[in-house]
Amino acid sequence: MGELLAQAWTVARKDLVLEFRTRTALVSAIVFTALVLTVFNFGRDPTAVPTIDLAPTILWVTFTFAAMLALNRAFQLELENQALEGLLVSPLSRTSLYWGKLIANLVFVAVVEAVGLPLFVLFFDVPVGHVLVPLIGVIALATLGFVAVGTLFSALVIRTRFAELLLVVILLPFLVPPLIGAVQVTARLLGGRPLSESVGYLKLLAAYDIVFVSLASFLFRFTVDE
Amino acid sequence: MSLTQKGRWITVVALVCLAAVYVRALAFTPVERLQGPAQKIFYLHVPAAIWTETAMILVGLAGIFYLFLKDPRLDRFAEASAEVGTVFATIVLTTGPIWGKPIWGTWWTWDARLTSTLLLFFLYVGYLLVRGAVRDPVLRARYAAVLGICGMCLVPFIHMSVFLFRTLHPQPIILKPSAPSLPSSMLVTWLFSLAAFTLLYVGFVTQRYALSLVRDAHGGARPGHV
Repeated sequence: MGELLAQAWTVARKDLVLEFRTRTALVSAIVFTALVLTVFNFGRDPTAVPTIDLAPTILWVTFTFAAMLALNRAFQLELENQALEGLLVSPLSRTSLYWGKLIANLVFVAVVEAVGLPLFVLFFDVPVGHVLVPLIGVIALATLGFVAVGTLFSALVIRTRFAELLLVVILLPFLVPPLIGAVQVTARLLGGRPLSESVGYLKLLAAYDIVFVSLASFLFRFTVDE
Repeated sequence: MSLTQKGRWITVVALVCLAAVYVRALAFTPVERLQGPAQKIFYLHVPAAIWTETAMILVGLAGIFYLFLKDPRLDRFAEASAEVGTVFATIVLTTGPIWGKPIWGTWWTWDARLTSTLLLFFLYVGYLLVRGAVRDPVLRARYAAVLGICGMCLVPFIHMSVFLFRTLHPQPIILKPSAPSLPSSMLVTWLFSLAAFTLLYVGFVTQRYALSLVRDAHGGARPGHV
């Protein structure tokens, strides 16, 4: 387990160093998030629809799109100069390669969300101060689910034609159960309802994370080998 | 008798059974007191829905066994089952609105059960698209198996959302922990219909399987491939 995590961290650190040195993908994803939030502002009638009713939708549609954007690049950058083959012949276990990619994607998406959440609060004037800790908890739970499945699928489509388009098409149905859970919990939190009302959805999110992280860790080896 | 002919015969028998089901349903089964004749669609809708989900689970199981045994027959079966599942999902999504319009007053509503069937349909379409986008048969089978297994694991999550989300859809009448709550004459008609749909599934899958055998024998040319 220790070695697995050490190897995973090596892969994740490589990706993150690459990401933070070039910054193009990260900055694009952040700007994209800000743009989606801006577009949402014009996609409603502010005099007819109170922001608080639409807030969970805005937040989660934005985060879903941002996550998918991030996932597309996870294996794309390994295609250049056959970098993926290099990773595969290195003495890394497939599971630690998956975990490394998962960690790097999680950090990437977390950074985008860390910028997106304050922007969302600023643009739509939604008070989140009193529920900040549970809200971050829900975002973390749902994001783990998104990224776990997304990392597996981005490895799966990388050698197919129309990889970017295909990833979105196969990934979205899988994002709906965690999305339903996340939106429902967020709506209850922002509406000032007690956390105990959301227990069912939180269990659903947790179960989804456990099932799909373990499943993807196991299945990943079948997607990268030639 | 060749496999294609066997499949054709099973399908013919299944279609005759289905016609018999409807003779029985229309002439010899009581009319439901509240829903009137619209309820008759239940004999088509529910068996198709059951086989839509079962076909996805069979795709997943075939995927698991494929990853261990590498037997191309399992992959052919998964492909056939996914295509038949798509057809059955289409039946569910067409018969549902036809019933929904007189009973609910709307063709479509974003009810959990409708949404989950639609998701299952998208899952099937995504699965078939991935199959179409990979040229190498071994890679294609492996990717499809991974996606099929994930799809199978998504089905319970889709189901959980049914019980968490408020729903307009009638609660289960037959497949539920307590005894079925419908008159025995309706139950018999329904069971007869379920048997007809089972035969229909077997007939369709057999024909589709035979078709992929012919395709593989002719060098694996696939539609849409240059």
